[in-house]
Amino acid sequence: MSEYSLNDLKKISYKIRMNVIEQVYHAASGHPGGSLSSADIFTVLYFSEMNVDPKNPKWEERDRFVLSKGHCSPALYATLAEKGFFPKEDLSTFRQADSYLEGHPNMTYVPGVDMSTGSLGQGISAAVGMALAGKLDKKDYRVYALLGDGELQEGQVWEALMAAAHYKLDNMVAFLDYNRLQIDGKITEVMSPEPVADKFEAFGWKVINAFGHDHQQLKEALAEAKKTKGKPTMIIAHTTKGKGVSFMEDAAGWHGTAPNKEQRDQAIAELNAVVLELEGK
Amino acid sequence: MGDKIATREAYGSALAEFGGDNRIVVLDADLSKSTKTDTFKKKYPERFINMGIAEANMMATAAGLASCGKIVFASSFAMFAAGRAFEQVRNSICYPRLNVKIGATHAGITVGEDGASHQAIEDIAIMRAVPNMVVLSPSDAVETRHAVKAAIEHDGPVYLRLGRLAVPALYSEENFTFELGKGITVAEGTDVTIIATGLMVHTAVAAKEILAGEGIQARVIDIHTIKPIDQGIILKAAKETGAIVTAEEHNVIGGLGSAVAEVLIQNCPVPLKMIGVQDKFGKSGKPDKLLEMYGLTANDIVSQVKEVLKLKNK
Repeated sequence: MSEYSLNDLKKISYKIRMNVIEQVYHAASGHPGGSLSSADIFTVLYFSEMNVDPKNPKWEERDRFVLSKGHCSPALYATLAEKGFFPKEDLSTFRQADSYLEGHPNMTYVPGVDMSTGSLGQGISAAVGMALAGKLDKKDYRVYALLGDGELQEGQVWEALMAAAHYKLDNMVAFLDYNRLQIDGKITEVMSPEPVADKFEAFGWKVINAFGHDHQQLKEALAEAKKTKGKPTMIIAHTTKGKGVSFMEDAAGWHGTAPNKEQRDQAIAELNAVVLELEGK
Repeated sequence: MGDKIATREAYGSALAEFGGDNRIVVLDADLSKSTKTDTFKKKYPERFINMGIAEANMMATAAGLASCGKIVFASSFAMFAAGRAFEQVRNSICYPRLNVKIGATHAGITVGEDGASHQAIEDIAIMRAVPNMVVLSPSDAVETRHAVKAAIEHDGPVYLRLGRLAVPALYSEENFTFELGKGITVAEGTDVTIIATGLMVHTAVAAKEILAGEGIQARVIDIHTIKPIDQGIILKAAKETGAIVTAEEHNVIGGLGSAVAEVLIQNCPVPLKMIGVQDKFGKSGKPDKLLEMYGLTANDIVSQVKEVLKLKNK
């Protein structure tokens, strides 16, 4: 894979953010908050870490990714389109009846989607299954999953974490998009999953903390995960919900709300300004 | 008739018999001795994965394995496979149409002594309502063996409903053919048709003998595939015999009787009576005693046949 500079990665992450906003704006529905908070994780995974082939999405040796928090499909679709899995123009059809870009990811129709998700807590289990298959087949591919922090309230997540540690799935890495907000407010006020790091450790996972908007830190965390043998790795990515759009940042209200025209214009202007700055314009 | 064999027993043997295919992986949730997947485990330990008492995780893990080309059998009691893990089966397996076979044993009230909490009487209704799902409900060891084979050959999700109770042989390997989605006419008859599934096929055959003694010629049909259901065999029976009684070890709401009624009412309405659990929970007890208490005996079928014939001859 060609090496992207940190500058390139940042540019990509902001293009992804712009396409998150465009999709949700065109659909007049969808989930911008968590998509923006996880955009940097997607960027590093697909443009620095994962071994995938946009021309051959079902390539057997590929690394797998499961969006366990399936509602952040806008970030996944924007990333896959940026990577070349399907045309970027299609993003404007997101959530429309005649589109293949379903509200929550569908592996049957969307090139590059490795698992259909949407119902919280299930994707992480599917990732366990993929990692088990990799071990059974003695293949080198790695499996990545992205969890929301509110999603940790689903008991199934802990069943999956238990199983991954039990079977020593060191070919598996999960990210926690730790933005601390869910639909009804702060995770600690709705139903606290804290202390998350201690719990992951107690469940037998290697735990790495990283600033979730720092591509270098995310890359280093992934490198450390690769060196970790005998246990799966959880990267707790400390993030800001709505990252990159001033009025969406750290606001639970933007979990699943679409911007109006004025808000869309402002969001795009803010994000584009970062891209232009990075391009030295 | 030979020895009695439970369909769960035949399931475990079939997994071991056909398990040479390296794509087959068997998951269980700490019940391998009861679901009989331990028969497979003994032969192919490297492809048996115990997922612990965590059925929700097991089903979605099965989906992940299937997405990597595996043919996955995920086993538990019907209560937990179809009940507790319903939404995982629905969203992670059926929605993406992944190649997962759910080996659900201990279906119905003949679970016996464990009682109502472990007696699934809703699983056919729940599983057949999910798009992409095939629902199989074999009646004896030979049919179970073929059902497992058909499940392996079918590309997509299959729910395999199996029993705890040992049952006599209904079929022999010689001359037996199993076609997914095709019912089997077990006995010919012209006055009425008894359409049954699973354990109740045996009961239907016994009822037919009693009825024959009273001069009533009952046809008996074994519906081993509840979905997709064999419309042809049902409609032919409706046209030729003019009255139908269904028999299942399941709630009368949403099961085989409902599936047959859906076919009849839209194409060829004839009088219909349904034998099944009458919308109440099971209880602890000896299986035979429970079948009696819940109205699932040959005599119960006989009396409903007489009722349906009154409607037919009105």
